[in-house]
Amino acid sequence: MKPPAFKYHAPASLAEALDALDAVGHDGKVLAGGQSLIPILNMRLAAPAHLVDINRLSELAYVRTEPGGVTVGALARHADVERDADAYAAVPLLRQGLRLVAHPVIRNRGTTVGSLAHADPSGEMTAVLALLGGSVDLVRKGASRTVGAEDFFAGPLESCIEPGEMAVSAYFPRLAGRTGTEFVEAARRHGDYAMCGVAAAVTLDDDLRVTRARAAYLSVSPVPLVLDLTEAVHGATPATARWADAAALAVLSIEPEPDIHATAEYRAHLARVLTERALRAAAQRATSTDVERTSR
Amino acid sequence: MTDTAPPPTTTGAQEEELHPIRLRVNGVLRTAEVPARRLLSDCLRHDLGLTGTHVGCEHGVCGACTVQVDGRPMRSCLMFAVSAQDHEITTVEGLERPDGTLHAVQRAFRECHGLQCGFCTPGFLNVIAAFLEENPKPSEEEARDAVAGNLCRCTGYQNIVKAVLRAAELRLEEQVDEDAPVEVDEVAR
Ligand SMILES: Cc1cc2nc3c(=O)[nH]c(=O)nc-3n(C[C@H](O)[C@H](O)[C@H](O)COP(=O)(O)OP(=O)(O)OC[C@H]3O[C@@H](n4cnc5c(N)ncnc54)[C@H](O)[C@@H]3O)c2cc1C
Ligand code: FES
Ligand code: FES
Repeated sequence: MKPPAFKYHAPASLAEALDALDAVGHDGKVLAGGQSLIPILNMRLAAPAHLVDINRLSELAYVRTEPGGVTVGALARHADVERDADAYAAVPLLRQGLRLVAHPVIRNRGTTVGSLAHADPSGEMTAVLALLGGSVDLVRKGASRTVGAEDFFAGPLESCIEPGEMAVSAYFPRLAGRTGTEFVEAARRHGDYAMCGVAAAVTLDDDLRVTRARAAYLSVSPVPLVLDLTEAVHGATPATARWADAAALAVLSIEPEPDIHATAEYRAHLARVLTERALRAAAQRATSTDVERTSR
Repeated sequence: MTDTAPPPTTTGAQEEELHPIRLRVNGVLRTAEVPARRLLSDCLRHDLGLTGTHVGCEHGVCGACTVQVDGRPMRSCLMFAVSAQDHEITTVEGLERPDGTLHAVQRAFRECHGLQCGFCTPGFLNVIAAFLEENPKPSEEEARDAVAGNLCRCTGYQNIVKAVLRAAELRLEEQVDEDAPVEVDEVAR
């Protein structure tokens, strides 16, 4: 189908974009990569009166890696972030998650910040931001604020971004210590939204014993769910740890909803299997001294 | 309803604001006046008459509408024509050389029987052409992965995967040939 009519704004700078968003308020929406918004318009599931197209704000097309972590500008496409070698070295979970977002062609256009703003509980980057304890910078005309992942996601397809506000960047901190990460998921077809996905991070001490094990979940809760599973595997080595126990612990805290793609039981089963897999692989990565360089 | 009437630029009874746009398509500067909601796919087909770009699902899933934007494949059904200004767009019509020689990927599709009805083909061709620029010698697995985002209801994909690998060979042969100095056709502005 075809999208409904709207008034188009094409700001050439961030200041112009903020003016436009301020002027249109509740009736306006930001158009970033359009890979979620345009399907919604084409299917006539939404009809915003104004669209503020931020695709000309080249000042926001950056991926910046600093010692503390990676900052992704609002116009950085998924593909730009995925290919960035420095970002991968600092925060491997970015690429580990991005390669599971849709297909490469969608990633060429869709933005990483846009997928956070879209707040789809099946969006891989929501789990990445939540697991890393990252944040999003929001700006409106004359004001700005930084919102941590725990407060950013308000519900399914609902972030805390207010009318007139725009997300300008997202910050993905580097995990401290000897930490390895992994992202695994199960989808009906390659590139589809996952029925369940798990991002895991495992930290080892100098004797290669587990000090921390955490996992974040996709598609099983209204907002990204982060679980601390350390108690099931604390003090064990990656080889002796009972990852299945950690997975069993995780399943106690998960209450998935059934839908046409999977029953609640099947999703819980997937969560168990994928948790074990993700934790094991993350721990393996943590073992290799050169943690950051491990390839996918 | 007369769908065949000349350029339908407005829909419905209400006047919709038209935006004059300039697009570079296949190396040629084209202009059109379109409402903001005109999808790039529809702009190419209806306003510019480039019907080689096919439209299947209009929500990003089938891949038939894929064109290259600045050399990167993108869904033209998930872009507005007004957003595509100032970018270099390549459609299936622009894949062949100025002298009419088919692109290596097109020749490989013909050789390997990579199409039946041809509906999905323009999308596949653009995806594969861009893919081979980045990965000139793909493995079979990489070739499969490269086309995984495009749907075909006819072929069963086997011959498409073969065509990717064959296109890689043809492309490399072509480049060897090109190392010998030959006259180069300038693309008409
Ligand atoms: C076929 C297909 C499969 C897909 N599969 C997946 C998948 O498996 N996993 C996944 O995570 N995603 C998937 N996606 C979605 C894709 O990742 C989108 O790119 C992403 O969700 C949204 O980013 P965007 O830049 O395209 O945002 P848009 O579509 O432009 O915007 C989405 C929403 O966010 C708002 N928004 C965007 N940017 C900002 C900003 N800077 N400030 C304030 N609000 C903003 C918009 O107003 C809109 O409401 C898929 C898409 C398609 C078409
Ligand atoms: S028509 Fe664009 S992806 Fe199907
Ligand atoms: S050849 Fe018919 S859909 Fe692919």
